[in-house]
Amino acid sequence: MLLVPCPNCGPRNSTDLRYGGESHARPDPNTASPQEWRAYLYLRDNPAGWLRENWYCASGCRRWFSIERNTATNEFRDPPLPGDKRGGAA
Amino acid sequence: MTMSRQGVQPTEVIDRAAKLRFRWNGKRFSGFEGDTIASALAAEGEHIFSRSMKYHRPRGILTADYWDPNLMVQVGDDPNVRAGHRLVRNGMDVRSQNAWPSLNRDLKAANGLLGRFLTAGFYYKTFMRPQWLWPTYERVLATFAPGGKIDIDTPHGYHDKRYTHPDVVVAGAGPAGIEAALAASTAGARVLLVSHEHAVGGHLRYSSDAGDQGALAELRASLDASDVEVLTDSTVTGRYEDNWLGIVQRNHPIAVERLIKARAKVLVAAPGLIERPYVFEGNDRPGVITSGAARRLINLWGVKPGERAVVFSANADGDAAAADLERVGTEIAAVIDARSGGQISSTAGSSRAVEAVMANGEQIDADLLVMAAGWTAPTSLLNMAGDRPVYDPAAARFFPSDPPSNVLSTGGLAGDADLDGLRQHGAETGRLAAARAAAVRHRLQARTARALPVEGDEPAWAVDERVPLGRDPHPELFRADTHGMVDMSEDISSKDLVAAAHEGYDSVELAKRYTTATMGPSQGKLETVNTVAAIAEARGETISQVGTTVWRPPYAPLTLGALAGRSFEPVRVSSIHPWHEANNVTLIQAGQWLRPDHYGDPQAEVRNVRENVGLIDVTPLGKLDLRGPDVPKLLSLLYVNKWMKLGIGRVRYGMMCAEDGVVLDDGVTGRLGEDHYMMSTTSSGAGGVWEWVENWLQTERPDWQVHVTPVTTAYASINVAGPKSRELMRRVCEGVDLDAEAFPYMTVREATVAGVSGCFMWRIGFTGELSFELHVPAGHGCHVWEALMDAGSDLGVGPFGLEGQRIMRLEKGHFIVGQDTDGLTLGPSTGMGSLIKLDKDDFAGKPELAWAADRPLPLVVAIQPDDPDVVPEEAAQILRGDTNEILGRITSSRFSPTLNRSICLGQVEPHLAAGGTKLTVLLESGERISATVIDHHAHFDPAGERLRG
Repeated sequence: MLLVPCPNCGPRNSTDLRYGGESHARPDPNTASPQEWRAYLYLRDNPAGWLRENWYCASGCRRWFSIERNTATNEFRDPPLPGDKRGGAA
Repeated sequence: MTMSRQGVQPTEVIDRAAKLRFRWNGKRFSGFEGDTIASALAAEGEHIFSRSMKYHRPRGILTADYWDPNLMVQVGDDPNVRAGHRLVRNGMDVRSQNAWPSLNRDLKAANGLLGRFLTAGFYYKTFMRPQWLWPTYERVLATFAPGGKIDIDTPHGYHDKRYTHPDVVVAGAGPAGIEAALAASTAGARVLLVSHEHAVGGHLRYSSDAGDQGALAELRASLDASDVEVLTDSTVTGRYEDNWLGIVQRNHPIAVERLIKARAKVLVAAPGLIERPYVFEGNDRPGVITSGAARRLINLWGVKPGERAVVFSANADGDAAAADLERVGTEIAAVIDARSGGQISSTAGSSRAVEAVMANGEQIDADLLVMAAGWTAPTSLLNMAGDRPVYDPAAARFFPSDPPSNVLSTGGLAGDADLDGLRQHGAETGRLAAARAAAVRHRLQARTARALPVEGDEPAWAVDERVPLGRDPHPELFRADTHGMVDMSEDISSKDLVAAAHEGYDSVELAKRYTTATMGPSQGKLETVNTVAAIAEARGETISQVGTTVWRPPYAPLTLGALAGRSFEPVRVSSIHPWHEANNVTLIQAGQWLRPDHYGDPQAEVRNVRENVGLIDVTPLGKLDLRGPDVPKLLSLLYVNKWMKLGIGRVRYGMMCAEDGVVLDDGVTGRLGEDHYMMSTTSSGAGGVWEWVENWLQTERPDWQVHVTPVTTAYASINVAGPKSRELMRRVCEGVDLDAEAFPYMTVREATVAGVSGCFMWRIGFTGELSFELHVPAGHGCHVWEALMDAGSDLGVGPFGLEGQRIMRLEKGHFIVGQDTDGLTLGPSTGMGSLIKLDKDDFAGKPELAWAADRPLPLVVAIQPDDPDVVPEEAAQILRGDTNEILGRITSSRFSPTLNRSICLGQVEPHLAAGGTKLTVLLESGERISATVIDHHAHFDPAGERLRG
């Protein structure tokens, strides 16, 4: 089981956390076309390599954070960013 | 072949003073403490232990250990027990499996005569057509399924789990593994040493060599004096991400099996080597055994495996087996030395015993053939860590290639050496493991906020400076010039594999699945390399080119009980629960909560609420205390309707949708003070909505000032409903004006109730009656409930449960999220589309709801069957006329005592949503009934006059 480095609680079993998926910016709901909105809802890059993801420390500090993980090796790249859902796009 | 107990052996593990009695297929047998089921039976002359899976051929001992495919038995109600490993206990009832009517006279052996038809893929090819016959095929084939009998009445035994965080786990307790554990422990690591066998020592246990025995005694003494935790009769079954290990402990004093979940910083894989059988004609005839089996039988249990033996030897273990046999008086008819080109080609005899061996073209009379043909490296744990082992033809086995640096291997897996060399490599591995574990420990601690401060810098990742083990040359022996069994568990011969390859299943992964080779109980431990070799031969390629299959968890089987562990199902109850229990309640489990369903007669409870007044315990209703200046903005963002102008003391209903526009939750939120709100959620949505709120505040709107406190269980909640509820409330409330003008519908007030201050209540109700929803500090819940019951006795007050509430809400046509909506129900489909305010700047799901606004969507409607006495089942389909075209479904249905007729909610296609539309509903019985859509969601009091009273 993956150890996920929560910025507040330290390394925790992944079952202590909720996986929030790939970080992606929420489009402006007033200007987004249905296609853009559905891309936000359903389309993910799913790369084999470095990816910024969201986690929710559900059994610990109950904070959302985002962190980069290499999906091919499961390495995490420091540092996690508290509450940043938009990742690098912000 | 005649096996028998011999005189005391210096290495034996049995206690001849402790005699044990057990039954084998109903007959009495005895053994000694320390005997396995198989050794005890063998000592008394038994030599047929099972029938093979497909052909029902008699099978005897092959390896005499855990992996022996021929020693699967039933012990009491416990199927598929490995008799080569399970120790005999007094009173054990052991039976053979896969034989009918008996082990000695198995009628299904007729399959053996059909052998040439039961070839690779037989079942796939034969039972495909005609398809309509499959149920018949399935019934007949099921009676041929191998394995023991499962008694479904067997009670769930006690199982347990343990979590542990050692620095180093050593899987395997042979000399290298023990040395690794000792060295790691000496270097300061917390070490867990796991032995698959009943005692540590690995191959030293069954070696009669004095030097080996001395070393074993020394290693055991060192272990006893060390801090190493030793688990015997336990197996590391799996290695997962970040060295998360599953370990099954089979010898726990209380638990049937215990699953240990260990987070190791470094894993040392030292499982040793598994002896590989040789493939030739008649290699599954009872009397053909591995050299390890011969040595185990003689040295561990004092059992002589036969009277006259041929030993086929390609290595030192074969030679040692010959010496052991000679010592206990087995005549050695011949040693066929494969290292100098010696070859065996077949056995002859009856189906039940070897009578002769064909070797080097000669027939040699013998009742025993001992094979020492080579080794399989059980690289499972390394496979699970991502390593793909590489074949070395010179050593005739696979070796690890490039495992992650927190997984080390030692012992036979890593190479060959004499005992001192193995021990030295083990010790070096243990030191390396301890050094790397220290670095991991430092890193984990340094990254844990508020952990004890860690001193100094993280130690450098220790460099692997171990002297590598050598590799002894070994002849490549897989198959003789004849064909024989490759997989004894599954009855797969080398011929079957060749046939599969010629049919195009020539990739090893395909051939494996097509023939099921390596997929039986021994899971490739004995047959993987021979399988690969057979495919390679058929393809005219080398083993390296063919590659091997990937070993996946579990390394050894574990019971479902071990995986399930103890049965923990905690439930939540409200503080009023003791009153319910004392008053004839029937409880129902709703999510995590145990709730009153009714108190005897839900229909009477409904009538009482409609006529007098009733109380329901609604404590599980989710409650979030929201404080801060930005709460209105939060509410506007999460609910589809408007919230910026909610006055103090007012309550409003809201619906929440997810970002895809699907209904997520609903409930009311009231404003208690300037910056203080109370949000209620559905009972099942309480946890989810809290996380939803936190998600928005933490990620999308981190600058907003809102503080969220979940207070679901901080308050006991009671809904007081019915025309006499105001009168009842007047008798118990202080400090609040309950008149309709002063405390109208959809408002909230704080009050002291039955002497309890800090209560708040809102005038809302799911039942459609005049009602007050009281929220009382949880500790006083039962007191307030009892005060209400006492105060209202002359008003006819009575409790009502979830069922009564469900009937009344259905009478009122209130939908329940998750009951009348599903994972595809968009906001407007609830029939409450007018709540959705698309002119708001932003709210969750807005673009999707805007898209949906002018599109025809399925709708929730109220439906009444034309026959008032018929209550369609929930989820009954709504069909087009006599066809099977589905146009909707009934989502809720009950008999209404108020209207004296059946009532429903349902989802229908948009063109069927208008009042008066006739529908056809399919009942579970197959009968079709007609029903009519009604104008309003509310079957009862559509104007809501009672509610507002």
